[in-house]
Amino acid sequence: MKRFLPLFALALCSVLPVVGLNSYAMHIAILVIMWATIGMAWNLLGGYCGQVSFGHAAYFGVGAYTAGIFYSKLGLSPWWGIPASIAVVLLFSFLLGFVVLRLRGPFFALATLASGEVMRVTAENLDGFTGGSLGIMIQERTWVGKTWYYYIILLIAAVTFFLVRKLMQSKLGYYFLAIREDQDAAESLGINTTLYKTIALCLSGILTGIAGAFYTNYMGYIDPNVVFALHDISIIAIMIVMVGGAATYWGPFVGALIMVLLAEIIRSVPGLGAAHQTLFGILLIVIIIFLPNGIVGDSKKLKRLFGFQRASS
Amino acid sequence: MKMLEVKRLSMFFGGLAAINDVSFAITKGEILGLIGPNGAGKTTLFNVIDGFYTPTRGEVFFKDEKISGLKPHQICALGVARTFQVVKPLQRMTVSDNVVASAFLRAKTKAQAEGIALESIEFTGLADDLDVLSKGLPLGKRKRLEIARALATQPELLLLDESFAGLNPTELNESIEIIRKIKARGITIMIIEHHMRVIMSISDRIVVLSYGEKIAEGTPKEIGNNPLVIDAYLGEAQSA
Repeated sequence: MKRFLPLFALALCSVLPVVGLNSYAMHIAILVIMWATIGMAWNLLGGYCGQVSFGHAAYFGVGAYTAGIFYSKLGLSPWWGIPASIAVVLLFSFLLGFVVLRLRGPFFALATLASGEVMRVTAENLDGFTGGSLGIMIQERTWVGKTWYYYIILLIAAVTFFLVRKLMQSKLGYYFLAIREDQDAAESLGINTTLYKTIALCLSGILTGIAGAFYTNYMGYIDPNVVFALHDISIIAIMIVMVGGAATYWGPFVGALIMVLLAEIIRSVPGLGAAHQTLFGILLIVIIIFLPNGIVGDSKKLKRLFGFQRASS
Repeated sequence: MKMLEVKRLSMFFGGLAAINDVSFAITKGEILGLIGPNGAGKTTLFNVIDGFYTPTRGEVFFKDEKISGLKPHQICALGVARTFQVVKPLQRMTVSDNVVASAFLRAKTKAQAEGIALESIEFTGLADDLDVLSKGLPLGKRKRLEIARALATQPELLLLDESFAGLNPTELNESIEIIRKIKARGITIMIIEHHMRVIMSISDRIVVLSYGEKIAEGTPKEIGNNPLVIDAYLGEAQSA
């Protein structure tokens, strides 16, 4: 049963548009799946490999701008940005990794935080190339309805899910976990920590970049403060994984569902909208204190708490 | 044949000479004991051989190939494995996964890695704890996990850093037995140990460090009677 859970979930998601959800509900579903993809990407580097990045907006933004610039400068469909972002983000994360992966722990986290901000400021100032603060507007939208966007992001998420799972059951997965637990021990076991951290960063960056390129196509408008945002991209990516459960396969989905719904609920309550970051902060504190492994990671604890399962020990 | 050769090695930390002009060699198949008072530079010497530190002066050769200056993972790939004095289990991984992770160094497939891992887990007597998270292991078993993990990289030279410290007498005897079995497999061993009964009984030769300098080298018997060593380390009572 458990073995078929991913396929079952995928089938369920596939029929979702057929039931005839309204446009708003479809928008929420697309956002949840997009964020789950970003969460899975972050999880690969932060959850499994233990390199906590505060700058995933950098990869998201580079992916988004790849699609945007394909459209604005080359006159091509921004959909080309999805395959192109793989190459562009690979190069970008390789170069960035060369710098930030020399650092460990909090120093790595700070360097990644800075890298996201550097990219934002760069995009703001390269007026001629990126359109500066005005951003890039995609004039011709591919579809008016949401259904095809939904299927495209669902495909991206499904591929990401199976890729991450396959990776984690391979040599690479063991190496990532070993690096997370102790880099010196990993080195002494013959693991080239620099190489494997770079692989984790590049994979994580590419997957995030693909989500970014999708975002450009879907939203039709990007600017530096949206796609390189510290609060709205980098921090949310971390929160999704922390809330859902770091180093779990399903954590990013649970986290994305909760975070997107929460953001929408807060926004719909008059007078509360401005306080959404405060509420996210409180949520994070609660999660860290009571469910340090996230909802999926501490699912046994949760079940006990709500009486679904008798306390066995 | 020389398995390892350390030539005029010095390691300075600022003005402090942790190792000062130390030379010695290990022959294939022997057990070399490394002893000395606390702070003599024993673990630093391991860290230099293993590649965690680049020596200030001097060189280290493994099977006539210069290894000083290489990274730890490169040195491990050549065939030098080590254990840590302060054990470093991969805490949130099971005993089995800990060893599988290191077995991947020589294995081509996952099944092969699991085979190598299981073999070295059984060899070190941890077969009952396969699925235990390594952070839940008692110290004695953690020390053996270090050995299992090092063996899974299929080394030719094994550096053991105080693998016996803090063990009870039963565990101690088990561990001595394990070391003897490792030697029987043809693996050369260099071992740091404070436990005199152990080091005297298993070592073929012993090197003594004090304040970063080599003060003696010889068979256990020679070391036990060396006045310099008695003065610096063993003390009068134990030598009698």
